[in-house]
Amino acid sequence: MGFEKFGRKSFTAVTKVGEYVDKLESGEVYTTHCPKCNKTYFPPRMDCPGCLSGSLEWVKVPDTGKLVTFTNVKYAPTGFEGDLPYLLAVVDFGGFRMFGRLSDSMQGMDIKVGMTVKPVVVNYENGQIAHEFVAAE
Amino acid sequence: MPDKDVAVIGVGQSAFVRGYPGGIRELCFEAYREAMQDAGISSKEIKALIVCCAPEYDKQRSPSSLIDEYLGLNPAPTFMVESLCSSSTTGFAIAYSFIKSGLYDVVCVLGFQKMSEITSQDVQERMGRGADVMWESPYGTSMPAYYAMYAQAHFANFGTQPEDLALVRVKASTYGQLNEKAVYRKKVTFEQVMESGFVSSPLKVMDCCANADGSSCVILASADRAKELSKKPVWVMGVGQSNAPMNLASREHMRGLECARIAGEKAYAMAGVGPQDIDVAEVHDCFTIAEILAYEALGFAKPGEGPSLIRDKQTYLEGKIPVNVDGGLLSKGHPIGATGGSQLRTIVLQLRGEAGAIQVPNAEIGLVHNIGGVGIYGNVIILGR
Repeated sequence: MGFEKFGRKSFTAVTKVGEYVDKLESGEVYTTHCPKCNKTYFPPRMDCPGCLSGSLEWVKVPDTGKLVTFTNVKYAPTGFEGDLPYLLAVVDFGGFRMFGRLSDSMQGMDIKVGMTVKPVVVNYENGQIAHEFVAAE
Repeated sequence: MPDKDVAVIGVGQSAFVRGYPGGIRELCFEAYREAMQDAGISSKEIKALIVCCAPEYDKQRSPSSLIDEYLGLNPAPTFMVESLCSSSTTGFAIAYSFIKSGLYDVVCVLGFQKMSEITSQDVQERMGRGADVMWESPYGTSMPAYYAMYAQAHFANFGTQPEDLALVRVKASTYGQLNEKAVYRKKVTFEQVMESGFVSSPLKVMDCCANADGSSCVILASADRAKELSKKPVWVMGVGQSNAPMNLASREHMRGLECARIAGEKAYAMAGVGPQDIDVAEVHDCFTIAEILAYEALGFAKPGEGPSLIRDKQTYLEGKIPVNVDGGLLSKGHPIGATGGSQLRTIVLQLRGEAGAIQVPNAEIGLVHNIGGVGIYGNVIILGR
C-alpha cells in the first residue's frame, strides 16, 4: 500500500507512515503520538525528535477542532484546476494542528475563524483519498 | 557606529522583466557588470562566488559553475545556495562568515531567477512544492493561498481589513513608478486594488507581486580590502537568521511570521540597535499582507498594529520609517533568487546617499527583511555607513 493515493495528487509514494492511508480507507483519521514524550504529532511521523524513538503509536484524531484560518482558492496550480474553487484550512485540535481542505459543502457558507469543524474522509472520483474538514455546527 | 569588519563594496541589479531575452548566464552578467563597475574592481579580486537561486525554473543543473565560467571568475571556488525566496540573503550571510573567518577576503554574491520559461500556473505548482510536499502540496497549495491564510488569521485576530492591504499596494506603486528596473511601473489606485478579483481569498490579484526574470549582485570585502578598494564602503552591522516549520500545521500560531521576528531580534542584537534606529527598510512584500506582518515582526509596530502604520502613511518616504520606497516586490517583481540582493542594493544606495528621487535624507542605518517560502526562512540584515 503506497502513499501515492493520498490527497488530490500525491508527490510521495513510500513512507513509514503509509498506514495513514489504510486508516483513511477504513473511514478514520489518525495521527501519531509519542507515549514517552506525551506528544501528538501532525503530520504523523514514526520518528520522535524528542526521545529519538522510531516507533510512535497511532491515535485517533479528536471528533472536533477549531478553525484557525482558511482561504478560498480561485487560482490553482497545475494539476488542481478541476477542483476550483476549493478551501484550504488549518484546524486546531488542542495540542496539535492539521492542514487540509474544508469540504466543498462549505462553499457559500459564512465561514468564521474559530468555528468548530470535524475531520472526515473524502474519496475522490479517481480513487485518491484524503482527510478534510466539515462544519460541525 | 557599526563594527567595521565586513563591507559591501559593490551592488548591481538587472532590470526585472517579464521575459528576459537571453539565457541565465547572460542574465547574471547584467547584475555582475553593474556591481563590478560600481565597485571599480577587476575580476581577479573576487576570491569566491556564491550563486543564489531556487531550482526547477530552468533546465541548467548546478548553475554556479556555468556562471563562474561566464563571469570569468575561474579558478575562484563557487557553489549554489537555496532558501527559496531568501536565497540571496542566505548567500550574503555565508559571504559575511567567509570574510569574517579570513577564508576569503572578497566574495561575490549573485542571485538570479529566470521564471518566464514556464507558465504562471507551473510557477505556482513549483512554489506550492516549496512547502510540505507530502502533507500540504497534495491539496493544491500555492504561495498566494498560504499568505491568504495568514491574512485571514490577521483579519480574525486583529480586525485588519482588505482596505489596509490595498493601501500597501498603493504605496508600492507610488514608488514603483519611479523605479526604472521595476517590472510594474503603472500607477495603482485604491479602487483598482479593491476591485481586482480574488486569487485566494482574501488576497486579490493586486495584493500579489508578479513573477519576473532578474539578477542581483552584491560584492563584500574584508575591512582591509574595503579600505584599499572602495571609497564608499557600507558596513555589515547585523545578520539574523531563523527557520520555522515548513508545514503550517506545525506552527504555534498564525498571527505573524516567527522566523522573521526571531531573525530580526538576532540582527538587532548583533548590530546593537533597535527598530527605532532604522532609517530605511526593505521588507519582503511578496503580498500586501506580508508587508504588514513585516512591520510587526521587525518591531516597527506592535503585534496587530501594523495596519495603523500604513493608514497613517508612516512607511512612506516622509514617514517615521520609510519601507520599500523602491516599490518593493509588489512593483519590482520577484525573481526568487535575485530578490534579496535587490533589497540589499536599495539599502546600500540609500546609505551612500545615491538613491535619487527616493533618497531618505541622512539615512545611516538600513534594514533588509527577506523571507523564503511562506515564513519558512527568515533573514534580516542590518547595514550602516
